[in-house]
Amino acid sequence: MPDPILQLSGLEQVFDTKKGKVPAVGGIDLDVEPGKVLCLVGESGCGKTTTARAAAGLTRPTAGRVAFRGKTVAQMDAAERFTYRRAVQYIHQDPYAALNPTRTVYSTLTAGLRRHRLVKSKGEARERAADILRLVDLTPPASYLDSYPHQLSGGQRQRVNIARSLAMNPELLICDESTSMLDVSIRVSLLNTLGRLRDELNVGFLFITHDLAVAKYFAWDGEIAVMYLGKVVEHGPTPQVIGDPQHPYTKALIGAVCEPDPDLARSNRAVSTLRSAEIPSLTDLPSGCTFHPRCPAFEGGLCDADAPPLQPVGGRRLACHVVARDHGRTDRGHGRPARRDGGGQVTTWSA
Amino acid sequence: MRPVNDPILSVRDLEIAYRTGRKESVTAVSGVDLDLYQGQSLALVGESGCGKTTLGLGLLRLLPKLGRITSGTLLYRLKDGSHADLLGMGKEELRRFRWNQAAMVFQGAMNAFNPVARIFDHFADTLRDHADRKRWTKRAVERKAGELLETVRLDPDRVLPSYPHELSGGMKQRALIALAIALDPQVLVLDEPTTALDLLTQRQIVQQLHELRGKFGFTMVFITHDLGLAAELADRVATMYAGRIIETGSARDIFYSPKHPYTAGLINAVMPVHGDRPALESVPGYPPSLKAMPPGCAFHPRCALATEECKLAPVALDVLAERPEGMTHAAACLHHDRVGLDGGTGARLPSSTEGEATNA
Repeated sequence: MPDPILQLSGLEQVFDTKKGKVPAVGGIDLDVEPGKVLCLVGESGCGKTTTARAAAGLTRPTAGRVAFRGKTVAQMDAAERFTYRRAVQYIHQDPYAALNPTRTVYSTLTAGLRRHRLVKSKGEARERAADILRLVDLTPPASYLDSYPHQLSGGQRQRVNIARSLAMNPELLICDESTSMLDVSIRVSLLNTLGRLRDELNVGFLFITHDLAVAKYFAWDGEIAVMYLGKVVEHGPTPQVIGDPQHPYTKALIGAVCEPDPDLARSNRAVSTLRSAEIPSLTDLPSGCTFHPRCPAFEGGLCDADAPPLQPVGGRRLACHVVARDHGRTDRGHGRPARRDGGGQVTTWSA
Repeated sequence: MRPVNDPILSVRDLEIAYRTGRKESVTAVSGVDLDLYQGQSLALVGESGCGKTTLGLGLLRLLPKLGRITSGTLLYRLKDGSHADLLGMGKEELRRFRWNQAAMVFQGAMNAFNPVARIFDHFADTLRDHADRKRWTKRAVERKAGELLETVRLDPDRVLPSYPHELSGGMKQRALIALAIALDPQVLVLDEPTTALDLLTQRQIVQQLHELRGKFGFTMVFITHDLGLAAELADRVATMYAGRIIETGSARDIFYSPKHPYTAGLINAVMPVHGDRPALESVPGYPPSLKAMPPGCAFHPRCALATEECKLAPVALDVLAERPEGMTHAAACLHHDRVGLDGGTGARLPSSTEGEATNA
């Protein structure tokens, strides 16, 4: 196993607001390895973006630590921080808002290069910018370099956004819903481009999306972590989590996806099994498992009493009392007790 | 029973243009023919900028100031059985037509409400403006709005006195739908009804639209870029590209045997959640600018099947399979017989470098 490039351990982010403390992220442990994808999925307000912002060093977590190449970000000296800032790049959701409208593509792409003194002359900067545009399939580069954002379409702007991040030779890209505002066909080609960058440049990805299909497509060889109200409820290799979801919340999410297949849609028109459609407020979290007021597998006295730990169950980490118990039974039935590891190690999957 | 062959809405040769300068304009929608029958649900699909929203707004004459319907007819069958051309209506007639006969659910539930008016006021204003002003006393509005909100499973006591920012996205979208059907319109146009909502909320809206359609029997036109939603809600699908309808047919025809390379390309680009993970290909390139439309078939610069012939003249919709009540499958492609498919949802363009899709 290569060393993880990014480690989040016990990460907590509590915001102080007028309405009281809002625990946006309530203690999560996740690793990203070089050239691998870790995908965070979940509904709005589950803490995906807060996690990403902490990982990028844009906010200081209230507890826990973010480590880049084994070094805790909060304890870095100026030189280390400079490297970290270059190596970890963030791609925002909205390609319309993320680019400075008064800067040309050339100026946007080379701002970081000039800041980090990675180019010596204007000619070199222009050459580098052209190379990067080719990398993100904006060809010929000459026709884009002197354009302003308003002259580009949404898909082209998002490619410029990605190109800006790539200019810094990043080791980790944090993509926050970077494809969700784009049309389907453009989304696929952008994801294919990102996949190529991952494989050719060995860039690691912390990829955030609410779209399970995108998560499945992009993180097929990587991992998915499903978040709910600031906690990871299921985390494992993508084919397992998407193909054989175990947490009732993951199951509900996958069951809610509309597929472009009218017959399937008609046969699949089952009424949602969730007990409640509304997400509880972060300022007034339910007791025990925070999913219990909505959960179809809810058992009184068990789920509303204690919060379930995130423990290895069936080839993944899972936070559900009911599934873990039932799984434990079948495991014992095969004479193989479920192994516990308290350290929240991402890399060890129980059998 | 509804009379045979009497559509509720009949659109002929509709053309919509936007003014872009003193003497300049661009044509955003052209040559649209459409017959919509009572109780049907039609999805308009396509990429951004293909004219979906413009057509949807045009159906109710709700175009922004610079937009104008430059030709065509929009014939509605009204509730009393008479027919009226929307384009011949004056201001007062339009006011009575809208909401009573046809209503719109605008894109972006987040911003469709007036942020400084309570939900109650939205209902009161709508009912009083589009129906008999004197009938709608405070109590009458409360009763009517309460019933409507309950049909979308919202608690009227909680929602009516609230300001829009006090509701979640899903609640706002449901309140908006309740508001749109307040005067029992026959036709409901929904622009991206589930975009920007969470997955579980999307599913809830889809279920409620099914229920409402069953209960009220309205005809639905909805605009979406989400083919999954189209498969879920539509009986009929019309694909738009560069302002024209380039393929139309029943949902099964479109999804299982698309005959326009653009429709097939869109379906190919959908990432499935269930089953395998096929390598996907996108439609290469970008849609053309309305100011510089390619000659001939507007799709030819992006099309793997394009030949010299495609560049010569615009291609008209060609009927491929006759079906009753506007379900006829038609595609505007000279090479529709070469558009490949493999039976399932994984229709593939013949140019695709991935072999035939494995359909799980």
